[in-house]
Amino acid sequence: MSAADVSTTHATAILATLLQVLAVLAGAPLVVGGMRQIRARLEGRAGGGIGQPWRDLRKQLRKQQITPLGTTAVFALAPAVVAGSTLLIAAILPLIALGSPLDPAADLFGVVGLLFLGTVALTLAGLDTGTAFGGMGSSREITIAALVEPTILLAVFALSVPGQSANLAAIVSATANNPGQLVSPGSLLAFVALAIVIIAETGRLPVDNPSTHLELTMIHEAMVLEYAGPKLALVEWASAMRLTVLLGLMANLFLPWGIAGPDPSLLAVLIGFVAIAVKIAVLAGVLAAGEVFTAKLRLFRIPELLAGSFLLALLAVTASYFFATPTN
Amino acid sequence: MTQATYNGLLNLAAGAFLLAAVMIVWRREIQATVKLLAWQGLALAAIPLTEGIYQDDGALILVGVVVLLLRAVVLPLLLARAVGTEAHERRESAPLVNTTTSLLITAGLTILAYAVTRPIIALDPSPATRAVPAAFAVILIAVFLMVSRRRAVSQAVGFMMLDNGIAATAFLITAGVPFIVELGASLDVLFAVLVLGLLTGHMRRTFGDTDLDQLSELRG
Repeated sequence: MSAADVSTTHATAILATLLQVLAVLAGAPLVVGGMRQIRARLEGRAGGGIGQPWRDLRKQLRKQQITPLGTTAVFALAPAVVAGSTLLIAAILPLIALGSPLDPAADLFGVVGLLFLGTVALTLAGLDTGTAFGGMGSSREITIAALVEPTILLAVFALSVPGQSANLAAIVSATANNPGQLVSPGSLLAFVALAIVIIAETGRLPVDNPSTHLELTMIHEAMVLEYAGPKLALVEWASAMRLTVLLGLMANLFLPWGIAGPDPSLLAVLIGFVAIAVKIAVLAGVLAAGEVFTAKLRLFRIPELLAGSFLLALLAVTASYFFATPTN
Repeated sequence: MTQATYNGLLNLAAGAFLLAAVMIVWRREIQATVKLLAWQGLALAAIPLTEGIYQDDGALILVGVVVLLLRAVVLPLLLARAVGTEAHERRESAPLVNTTTSLLITAGLTILAYAVTRPIIALDPSPATRAVPAAFAVILIAVFLMVSRRRAVSQAVGFMMLDNGIAATAFLITAGVPFIVELGASLDVLFAVLVLGLLTGHMRRTFGDTDLDQLSELRG
């Protein structure tokens, strides 16, 4: 399937995209809540329940808006940029159905660009506050992002070689039509590389601890330390959505079963919705359970891990490009 | 065995072979690198075994079994015995090149291997020769490993990897080395590792350390 086929969008495809965006909006805090709950249970605590992030968001949204003295529009706009770019990614990605109306306009490189637009907005906001923690968090975040970005591009480039297109829907449908290529060395290496960078990008263990506020270790939390009230709610909501969207991307790139076609029936949309919800829930559960057994890596060892995942992504590209015989 | 399974298995073996080399560069615990070397030996043995079963060639299968026994079992066991028991002997504590840079250099070497083996692939573009760059990359990575590690056992691991890479290149290019040649090469490596193990033991008894960088002066 080429991008031209997708450009004729259907009413159900638009419905599927709308459903996708709404589901990411409503489901992201539940994903985070579920992961916290799994961690809490495995660590022998009672936990706050799956709905706790939603209750936190509601409380923060009701609070008064406080802006630190001396901050500019960069600080004020950053949460909106992060949330907006993440929602746009949620609309582009083939999560429920293949034929998103935005799909022909944005390929993988566009998605990675949008992802890092959000990262850069937050780092600039961290610098804008002028506090020591904000600057430190921004510097660390950019160090990681500079290593993560080429790795994501390379890993997805490796996956796009069999589909012969950088269009996400084309990659997903190529994998769905030919599941045998999943066990090729290229796609296995790309899977490992992508898993490492998604963990780094969403600030999970062992790269960053999402539940710490210890100045020596925090990365993402240090940047958003000055936010309060509704803006903090937006930042936290956006980071939950990023996690959900990236898990969904990972699930559909490597396990594309259940996804609805470019012109789906209502039932297919429903099946696609249930399939992606189950896939994200399972991936999030595995990630949360893995985190219980992992300690945070020392900050100076993180470039080592990311350079390793970069190398794996590079090997994935070479493997899928050079090993591929022209006969098949 | 069908053509597609043969392709798949050969690519998987070559991919695992290269991946083991990369993991050896990544890890610093010497015991872990020896274990990875055993996995690499397994991937190496899978190449002649796959080709032997595909071409129905008994001699090649025999070579594969010998390679499997020697490089996945005997040699790693011998090397593991040479690893010291003290804490500072078990880790490559201060490699000459740090791990991040090593990994990036490994990436560069892999690309170099693909670039320089293009004429070889162009001669006869079969599935086996297409995997040659992976074997060649292992040779280059092994040379880099030998010059960038300090401990004697680490350098022996690099040497073993070099030999694995040369053997894999031979299997992939010639589709089967004569049995006697492979036997000769394997025996050479076996004796080399035995001698290296003895020398490491002597070094440890004499100097209490196997850091080769400290052996820069002559002692009377």
